[in-house]
Amino acid sequence: MKASAFSYARATSVANALELLAAHGDRAKVLSGGQSLMPAMNLRLISPELIVDIGELAELRGIAVTGGALRIGALTRHVDLQRSPDIAAHAPLLTEAVAHVAHPAIRNRGTIGGSLAHADPASELPACMVALSATVVVRGPKGERRIGAADFFRGIYETALSPDELLIAVELPVEPTNSAHFFHEFARRHGDYAIAGLAAQAVMSSNVFADLRLAFFAVGDRPVLALAANRLVNVSITPAVLSEASAALAEELDPQEDQQASASMRRHLAQVLMQRCVSTLLGRTDLDAGRSA
Amino acid sequence: MTAPVPISLEVNGERVNEHVLPRLNLADFLREQLQLTGTHVGCEHGVCGACTVRVNGDIVRSCLMLAVQAHGASVQTIEGLSDSGEVADLQAAFRDRNALQCGYCTPGMLMAAQDLLNQQTEPDREQIREHLSGNYCRCTGYQAIVDAVETTARLRAGRQP
Repeated sequence: MKASAFSYARATSVANALELLAAHGDRAKVLSGGQSLMPAMNLRLISPELIVDIGELAELRGIAVTGGALRIGALTRHVDLQRSPDIAAHAPLLTEAVAHVAHPAIRNRGTIGGSLAHADPASELPACMVALSATVVVRGPKGERRIGAADFFRGIYETALSPDELLIAVELPVEPTNSAHFFHEFARRHGDYAIAGLAAQAVMSSNVFADLRLAFFAVGDRPVLALAANRLVNVSITPAVLSEASAALAEELDPQEDQQASASMRRHLAQVLMQRCVSTLLGRTDLDAGRSA
Repeated sequence: MTAPVPISLEVNGERVNEHVLPRLNLADFLREQLQLTGTHVGCEHGVCGACTVRVNGDIVRSCLMLAVQAHGASVQTIEGLSDSGEVADLQAAFRDRNALQCGYCTPGMLMAAQDLLNQQTEPDREQIREHLSGNYCRCTGYQAIVDAVETTARLRAGRQP
């Protein structure tokens, strides 16, 4: 189908975009790369009265490393993330994850800010932000707010952004030494939305996890930071320890059911992902036995 | 503001000045206002890849881009790539290998395949499949398309197919 009629305004600055959003509230929608918004509009799932196009705001584009943080402008495209040596050096989880975001033609337009503001629970980047302890920077009429990624995502397509605010950037802590990461997703076709996925960031201390953040996606209404991961921190991992953590994970998750998978299939896949993640990061094939996907 | 908006862009090397409604997507603009019907419209929500065109050198879904967003941009369609001879060898390989049947997906396939060949001189079959993963073909089963792209890559690298 085609999008229904709307008015169009090309924002000339962040201040100008905020004025437009203040004037039109939730009747307006912000357009960046359009790779989530345009399908929703073409399918008539949403019909905004006004589109505020922020695509020309160069100030929202780009990746910078300052001190211990990596700042990524909201308009930075997926392909820019994928090719960035700074991201590869300081947040390699993101480099790996972006290759799974849709297809090349989509990655050439889609932006990180758009993906996070859209907050599809099956998409990769929100989970990465949670795993990487990112801070989301938003600006509104009352100034700037900084929101932890875990508090930013509130539900299916729901975030802490209010209609008069604009997502400006995300900030990630530069990965500490001894870090390790794992990313995997199950999808019907490479680049499709995941049926279940895991973005994981760890700090290793010899053969033990000093820290382990497991952010699952497509298994809840938002990215889920698994509490069960705490059972794997600062302990020597045995098959029994992993099996207990896996059971705790299954208990903790409350996945949705849709035409792609039942809730129990998603729960099972999440357990497989946890097991593969732990065995891969520790280099322990003995921990990956007995469970297949 | 729902009135037509003036846009100025370059399409296949020619300057185009038009007025468009904000809701008009780039695919429909190319097809209906410029009569460049080589760009096909399949799913209209970014899944099938039939509408793939180049904008400022990058392949994009023209159904997921508004014509107003192309203001100031340089757009190349399959007509441009075909007329310039840029993909002549790729088209010949598709024909030789029967890599098309109904032909609906072919313009998008050629755009995506050429994009890959510009980035990598000798991609392996897995990389070809990955790069074409966003383009649906409902006739060929993909095998022949991957063959044609692989053959073209080898010939361009000066090797035997």
